[in-house]
Amino acid sequence: MAAIFSKRNVVIGLIVLAALFPYVARNDYYLHVLTLAFIWMIAVYGLNLLAGFTGYLSLAHAGFFAIGAYALGLLTVKAEMGFWPAFLLAPVITTGIGFLVGIIALRTKEHFFAIYTLCVGYIIYLVIDKWEGLTGGVRGLIGIPAPADIGPISLSTPIAQYYFVLTILLLVILVIYRIIHSLTGKTFIAIRNSEDLALSLGISTIKNKLLSFVLSTFFAGVAGALYASFIRFIGPDIGNLNITFDLLVYMIVGGIGTLSGPIVGTLLIVWLSQNLQFLQDYRMLIFGPLLTLIVIFSPRGIVGFIAGWFTNWKLRRKVNINQAQEQAEEV
Amino acid sequence: MLETRKLTKQFGGLVAVKDVDFSLEHGKINAIIGPNGAGKSTFFNVVSGLYRPTSGQVIYKGKDISKLPANKVAELGIARTFQTTHLFEMATVFDNVVVGHRLRTQSNLLDSIFRTKRLKQEEEKCKEKALEVLKFVGLSKSVDRMVTNISQEEKKRVAFALALATDPEIVFLDEPTAGINPDETAELSQLMEKMAQQGITICLIEHKMQMIMKLAEKIMVLNYGEKIAEGTPDEINHNEEVIKAYLGGSASA
Repeated sequence: MAAIFSKRNVVIGLIVLAALFPYVARNDYYLHVLTLAFIWMIAVYGLNLLAGFTGYLSLAHAGFFAIGAYALGLLTVKAEMGFWPAFLLAPVITTGIGFLVGIIALRTKEHFFAIYTLCVGYIIYLVIDKWEGLTGGVRGLIGIPAPADIGPISLSTPIAQYYFVLTILLLVILVIYRIIHSLTGKTFIAIRNSEDLALSLGISTIKNKLLSFVLSTFFAGVAGALYASFIRFIGPDIGNLNITFDLLVYMIVGGIGTLSGPIVGTLLIVWLSQNLQFLQDYRMLIFGPLLTLIVIFSPRGIVGFIAGWFTNWKLRRKVNINQAQEQAEEV
Repeated sequence: MLETRKLTKQFGGLVAVKDVDFSLEHGKINAIIGPNGAGKSTFFNVVSGLYRPTSGQVIYKGKDISKLPANKVAELGIARTFQTTHLFEMATVFDNVVVGHRLRTQSNLLDSIFRTKRLKQEEEKCKEKALEVLKFVGLSKSVDRMVTNISQEEKKRVAFALALATDPEIVFLDEPTAGINPDETAELSQLMEKMAQQGITICLIEHKMQMIMKLAEKIMVLNYGEKIAEGTPDEINHNEEVIKAYLGGSASA
């Protein structure tokens, strides 16, 4: 029984489920919502790498998401660059700006880091909003091209875009999985755990924090570029603090510092907000208490809660088996 | 091989460590004692590179290391533990210790993403090292236990293991037996002796006098940041200034 639910089978099952979804749902609206959720997940993975695994809560994440989106938009619309070069360049530009911000931001810690990045995020939003000559200001950017065809494969239909975004999401998860389960990830976790201890174990905290920060902006940039090519219109609002807090909620509800948290949190909240749309802004009356309850009773979110329960169950089973063996030996 | 020359650390107007000259006995157990607030931990923090000295030098193998950051000091073979162990409670003992050997590895981000041969070899090396040091500190059986579920004494052992995983020549132990009962204290003392037998130089801060007098071969006494005495346990026991510092000025008046 347990063998059927092994990690590998669950992962394969989920991928098959995601791959079959368009044929099961047969509904472009659902497809649209889920594609968008996948894009958010990529951004949340970036945030989780930094906040969840390295212990630095950045509130500039939507800002970097917007930089990725605008980089793609401006390169394709204004510089008339081809889609693929622009799509590769957008995350690079985001990462470059992330590097410069990171050098300064990482001189602060804890609350001060959060406040500093909050300000950086707002400044990015303001620059996009006010620099009309470059970004079009509140009017936004229109006419961003959809992903160009790859040879005979067309990426213009909703189904094709769904698979395109899904592929990138799976790649992102693979990369994050490998980072977390390698020496690099263990180094990040050591920093989250105690910077003084990490330092005295010979870990260069400055270098590794910067690496984690830059990686998180890279994933925000990828998500932003995907968003721009998927929605094909962007306005300054995508860099707004609301988006940062949406991403934060996805991460915290799913489970900060867990590998599957971003998927669980994003799917759950997106599904909830779709189903509660008739409540309009009163939806927040449900999200607020939900978030509070999770933070109080399960600081590591839904995934952390289930994982904790599962570990306890395994431990208890082990103890029972040991006791049974001891009894048997006594007899 | 490690000595301090006129080491001084000032926080604003407060002089926490003042003109301390001290050298460690190679391969032996050294101890620093002194009343609360005497500057013992600050001395540790300066020597291990977490703080920069205000003036003076830390000399290791003939080189001035007082301006090096803590991670570089660790690379040179100087490890340390903290008063509070700083372990990650929600992970296993093994997972906590495996990162200890990271400083002796080269793998970078790309190695991690592409799972290169180098990464696999180095991960194996870290794993072996972790198991080796956990065996050394007597925790072979607790490798897979969560840190939250082990005793305070075992946590101290995990902290020792972490320090040993860095392949150190000198280990600084900041109050290794704080909050631990007498029986367990004796066991930890044995572990420290075992480390010294392996050729590791040890320097510890401790409040438990009986234990120090039995364990250490060289003792330095700090009071208000200044060194007031240095020598063998016997010498320290009969030093008037030390008695004054511990019992108060009126005792000898």
